[in-house]
Amino acid sequence: MGLLTDDQKMLQETAASFLAAEGGIAKQLRHWRAIGCKDGFGHALWKKFAELGLTAICIPESEGGLGLGAESAVLVMEEIGRNLTPSPFLQTAIAASRALEGTQHAERWYPGILAGETILALAIDEGARHAPDRIALEAKRKGNGFLLNGSKQFVVQGASADMVIVAARTSGSPSEINGITLFAIARDQAGMEIENVALVDSSKAARMRFENVEVDADTVVGEVDAGWHRLQPALFAGRLGAAAELVGVASGASTMTLEYLRQRKQFGKLIGEFQALQHRAAHLYCEIEIARAAALKAAELLEDGDERAELFVSVAKAKAADVANLAVREGVQMHGGIGMTDEHDIGLFMKRAAVLGEMFGDRYYHRERVAVLSGY
Amino acid sequence: MADLATFRSDARAWLDANCPEEMRSPIRSEADICWGGRNWTFQSDAQRRWLAAMAERGWTVPDWPKDYGGGGLYADEARVLKDEMRRIGARAPLTSFGISMLGPALLKFGTEAQKKRFLPEIAQGKIRWCQGYSEPGAGSDLAGLQTRAEDRDDHWLVNGQKVWTSYADKADWIFCLVRTSTQSKQGGISFLLFDMLTPGVSTKPILLISGSSPFCETFFDDVKVPKDQIVGDVNKGWDVAKYLLGHEREMIAGMGLGTSGSSVTLGPLVKPLDPFLRAEIAAFDVDALAFAAMSERFAALWKAGEAHPASPSMMKYAGTELNKRRSELAMAAGGSEALEWDTSRSRAGATSRAWLRSKGNSIEGGTSEIQLNIVAKHILRLPGA
Repeated sequence: MGLLTDDQKMLQETAASFLAAEGGIAKQLRHWRAIGCKDGFGHALWKKFAELGLTAICIPESEGGLGLGAESAVLVMEEIGRNLTPSPFLQTAIAASRALEGTQHAERWYPGILAGETILALAIDEGARHAPDRIALEAKRKGNGFLLNGSKQFVVQGASADMVIVAARTSGSPSEINGITLFAIARDQAGMEIENVALVDSSKAARMRFENVEVDADTVVGEVDAGWHRLQPALFAGRLGAAAELVGVASGASTMTLEYLRQRKQFGKLIGEFQALQHRAAHLYCEIEIARAAALKAAELLEDGDERAELFVSVAKAKAADVANLAVREGVQMHGGIGMTDEHDIGLFMKRAAVLGEMFGDRYYHRERVAVLSGY
Repeated sequence: MADLATFRSDARAWLDANCPEEMRSPIRSEADICWGGRNWTFQSDAQRRWLAAMAERGWTVPDWPKDYGGGGLYADEARVLKDEMRRIGARAPLTSFGISMLGPALLKFGTEAQKKRFLPEIAQGKIRWCQGYSEPGAGSDLAGLQTRAEDRDDHWLVNGQKVWTSYADKADWIFCLVRTSTQSKQGGISFLLFDMLTPGVSTKPILLISGSSPFCETFFDDVKVPKDQIVGDVNKGWDVAKYLLGHEREMIAGMGLGTSGSSVTLGPLVKPLDPFLRAEIAAFDVDALAFAAMSERFAALWKAGEAHPASPSMMKYAGTELNKRRSELAMAAGGSEALEWDTSRSRAGATSRAWLRSKGNSIEGGTSEIQLNIVAKHILRLPGA
């Protein structure tokens, strides 16, 4: 592994030039923040993702997609991270789409994703921490359908979504992975309460309340009680996508900081001449390279169906979260006072890294997974 | 690709037939490594047979050309062979500075005659090499070296002292940086090869805090070196040295990462684990596994010529810092039992000795601080670096 194919390099270049030109901070993130956009991202840009074929990357060829897989997704996500581009790409095209694979819901929603018109969300977390194996939201059989009671939070772009995939408990207790069922619930579902919450980075995540919400049996995605096995690949894809976006965030913050070190003068010297800063910048460079390698390795293993894939996805997410955190802290510190201002972009990287760090499990969650999967 | 599958099954069958059972367990200590050389005493008959079988196929250096004692394998085949060896837990049949450092430099800078003369002996483990780089006054500032080589028409006359020469007392030959001109610092260095039995060469082991002596002081007193034993042009030795340092840094960075490549944990842990220690080990494993991915990626990029020329410094820095952390954790995980120094129970204090030895990893071959300087200057292009 390690080397990209020519096709992958081309995809990387396409994504890089597209996102630098169209997805930049001034054009997207700051614009939507300034006008108080309820979605936190632009639908026109989402259309352009589709026109370039990017939304098709993770959709199987048999369903009209490109079926390119995890490595390609990683390349695009890194560019998204580098530009802090707000978009539904990770949640919709990488994670949620994966949970639908092979069901009638895929036929229903894939065309919209391919066209850049559909937004999907995943409702997994029920508390402040990611714990997908502890689902409590209850789904009781009622007549021909189910009755849902409970709540979800940190449903990224949940209030913008045309459909939310909800993980619910149809049997067993919250400590079991059996008995989880996924439901595809359309936005107009009666009785579903959605609170649109603005996060620290100006992205949006919903809190959702279900009080005796009645859904039809055909909202079930896949098999009843067997949702865990369907949820897992979607989580792996989401974790890896978030890891790759974090690598991009780290890389973008580092590039900006290195620029600053090359131009800011104090004591009659460029501050980049000071060895105290050079060593920290060089250390950060090494860490970012390592985090990128971990993400690419996890992608390769996922594509190969290798049994170590889950381990390396957790390694990639934990490592990328650590490294992005370091990159943004060093970024703000090395910028000095200007780094504390809202006017400067470096702070936006810090905010994004914080949100991505939590998304699909924080570094403590993934270190725990590494320990458990390694048998200690 | 059908060919590659055939190669895999052939290699598998051959390894099954030729790799002795005793050679299919992890290398646990220095004593298990086969270094070869004129005076080498094999640790076991299995070690002897394993080296002989592999050397005959050229598989001690699978990707070197057959003419020079190598296996002549393509990169893909070499990777498959590595996979297959890993599958059965086969040890490296031969470890040497000839393979990891001098060989690649000779392949790039050596004359045809030098390649024919020196490479097969390296491949077969007949000659053990050591590296004469550091001097008492030239550590991090390696190019400041003072060992002189005077041109005496039919030979070079070498005088001076090296230090931190790994295994100089056990090596047969030395590749050595010498000063052939004082006109220029880096442009006055040449790269010589000579036999350690040459009159005027002497060594003195240095006892380390770990209780072992892998390094020596090496003295040259009117040592006569034949003219054809210079690699590259006169005063161009720094180019060879830098190229070779890249390989050395790569080698040190890979140390201690385990042979399996899949698991870089500390091995069996005594349970129940202290929860704080467990958390630290998990954080370490994240870093170690991520670095394992980086090593693999780096190797592929390096082979394809896509890696930055200064990137071995990154690998060396990150790998050795990681190895030091691993040793700290191994000490913590072992508790008071890790403190035992010479009991057989502790395999002669293997944990504490490895811990102390690991401290040198980020010093030898260029300190961590020097590696960071190189990254800052050559990769990040920071001003004044």
